[in-house]
Amino acid sequence: MAASTGRTVGSILLKCGTRCGSLNKTSYNFTRQVLSRQLCVSSALHRKNLAAAGPEKFSEEFIKKQVEEYNIGKRHLANIMGEDPETFTQQDIDRSIAYLFPSGLFDKRARPLMKHPDEIFPKQQAVQWGADGRPFHFLFYTGKQSYYSLMHDTVAKVLAAEKQQVLLLSEGPVPQDTKPISLVGSRWLLKEELEELLVETISDHDYARFIQLMERLLSLPNCLSEKDFVQRYRKQLEIQSSKQQVAPLQYDENGVAYSTADGRRKTATCTVLLRDCGSGSISINGRDYLHYFPVLQDREQLMFPFHFLDMLGRFDGQCTVGGGGRSSQAGALRLAISRAMLSFLSEGQVESMRQAGLLTPDPRVKERKKPGQEGARRKFTWKKR
Amino acid sequence: MTLHRLFPLRLRQTVTQVRLLHGSGCGHQLEEVAMEPELRKETSVFRTQVNDPACQSERHLGQYYTLPTSHLHTIFPHGLPARYQQQVKTFNEGCVMVRQPPAVRYLLCILHQEGNDLYVSKRPVLLTLTGWVDGLKGSGKTMSLCHTIHYCSTQGWLVLHIPDAHLWVKNCKELLPSSYHTSRFDQPIEASNWLRNFRTTNERFLSKIKLRQRYTWTKRESTEKGSPLGELVDMGVSRVKSSSDVVGAVLKELRLQAAETEESEGFRLAVAIDGVNSLWGRTTIKKEDKSPVAPEELTLIHNLRKMIDNNWCGGAVIATLSQTGSLYSPSSAYLPKELLGEEGFDSMDPFIPVPVSNYSEKEFESCYLYYLDRHWLQHPHSKTDEGKKEIIFLSNRNPSVLERLCAFL
Repeated sequence: MAASTGRTVGSILLKCGTRCGSLNKTSYNFTRQVLSRQLCVSSALHRKNLAAAGPEKFSEEFIKKQVEEYNIGKRHLANIMGEDPETFTQQDIDRSIAYLFPSGLFDKRARPLMKHPDEIFPKQQAVQWGADGRPFHFLFYTGKQSYYSLMHDTVAKVLAAEKQQVLLLSEGPVPQDTKPISLVGSRWLLKEELEELLVETISDHDYARFIQLMERLLSLPNCLSEKDFVQRYRKQLEIQSSKQQVAPLQYDENGVAYSTADGRRKTATCTVLLRDCGSGSISINGRDYLHYFPVLQDREQLMFPFHFLDMLGRFDGQCTVGGGGRSSQAGALRLAISRAMLSFLSEGQVESMRQAGLLTPDPRVKERKKPGQEGARRKFTWKKR
Repeated sequence: MTLHRLFPLRLRQTVTQVRLLHGSGCGHQLEEVAMEPELRKETSVFRTQVNDPACQSERHLGQYYTLPTSHLHTIFPHGLPARYQQQVKTFNEGCVMVRQPPAVRYLLCILHQEGNDLYVSKRPVLLTLTGWVDGLKGSGKTMSLCHTIHYCSTQGWLVLHIPDAHLWVKNCKELLPSSYHTSRFDQPIEASNWLRNFRTTNERFLSKIKLRQRYTWTKRESTEKGSPLGELVDMGVSRVKSSSDVVGAVLKELRLQAAETEESEGFRLAVAIDGVNSLWGRTTIKKEDKSPVAPEELTLIHNLRKMIDNNWCGGAVIATLSQTGSLYSPSSAYLPKELLGEEGFDSMDPFIPVPVSNYSEKEFESCYLYYLDRHWLQHPHSKTDEGKKEIIFLSNRNPSVLERLCAFL
């Protein structure tokens, strides 16, 4: 890829008459720095080329070198860790990096990492023009050729579909059995995803136009033939609750079903044991819940899972909770109770519970205090003197 | 549950009646409002017409009866809990539930067993209302006590009601060294307040009871032997300085006479103490030199303790043990022994504990219907079955929590 780049740039230079054409032969040795130095010769040329080339690029040699370094580094790391370099996987690398460079930084992206260059360097477009300097694609000079070619294709399909309909109409009565493409369980690609697919930046407006056009295609009666085309720009949604692990019900010696679950929020952790066929009595750390949570809001938290599924008074609960304050304990209990209830529920109920946010752990934790300030964000009172 | 099944038909009648009444113009509204309770009382399952606690039986458990307004002012000038007083003001009527197990029933049982031996036995009957499982607060101890007091006073007993003994051992505005006994302290404000309320409660006894002893207050002032009790009480109310000693004298007279008026048309004495555990706890009152005052050093407490001693007869002591408002007791304490302490438990010892627990299912149903009937539960959801379940869960059938939950604003 870099080779073709070098040749092309060279040919452009030649065409402009600023340099001799000998660059063609040495194009393999080109690095990005050299290129940019030469590109600076003409400011107009420079601007034009950058616009065509899009964002900053890394040459293929550079990437190749990076990959080489990565492989060598991987072997070194395996030797340091005393493991077999041949079977050293990415998981092993992550583990050893976390071990060798322990980092307390909050943001995960700020921590040291070692990944394959393919994951680090963004995907980049191949060169779009040939040796004679002419672009391959007829939409090259729009500046967003893949986007516009996509739009072009779609419009062609729309027109074809419309034409077919007109034909059908002229032939006779329209059969009513045309089914639209079912879109259940999938969504349009997001703007970012589409950008990644096209390897181009597109604006919000462009994206809106694209979606509009796709909707129009779908609204046509005989679009079923274009299903594959449409599906390419849609993403399947997986059912989130199927990821939820549901422990099977357990039975005690009296044959009463029960289930246990854990929950946590902030620094509070708890375990809950729910028994079926109860009277609705819940004990927390051996005390009545009314006694344990004198504040109404906490009891409401406790009630929410039962109330949501209309199962108030069906279960007996036995909870152990520790750490945190009262509201975090109540939140932890809510999560644990919801999880424990899963064993008693059907698939649909689980999904509705997930959508209500009952199964989502609250990830918020206390922000650390910073030196030189009064708290996490608050600064000391400023006095002039 | 049967109560609930019975209900919808009857409620519908009531509701239509009310609607009709509201529809028929504003001019006659006053009369109609007066009529309304009559109509409702006949159709309700949660109310009983038997307003005399003595006539209430097992059948009336969990039902509300109405305290007559006159009784509210004479019997309970100070004894009702603040939230209940607010409720009375809002609903324009004082309704008390006959609770399970009724303290009155215990009292009646004992009286029935012992018969007239109440006078012969060497000690007063000691009833103590305690929280039961898990030491729940707000399970209705004070209201049970008030119910019992209502019974006693309708039976013609003389009622000594101390609404909250905890208030006598804390937040004392004025503390004077006693003139009678130098090591004791008087609380003139509390004492005169109590005497004033005592006067309103037991108006009819004041002239009947004659003093058996001569009391000298100062060099000039004294109360002669044979003068009526009312004179003594008036003395205490007007002469604030000696009011604490007057309380002591009143208690002493009552103790003496309750024991002796066996044959003559005497009286029975009911001593009702709310928060009896304060008599043996610690106080927050400080002396001049910042050292804490022991409860026995307070004249009022000293005299009150004598009522608990077993050296008089012809009456009953009904007390509640409450953690709420008590000083220096852990919030988890609820057993009599924990609350009273070693010393207190020993001096109270032969007492009958009466557990007061949360509402049972029937009682809750009745309370729920009462609030609905009073239009106190306004939210449309509260009328549905789900809403009721929600209320049950959030309050866990605790009377006090239930009241607060429903009175949300």
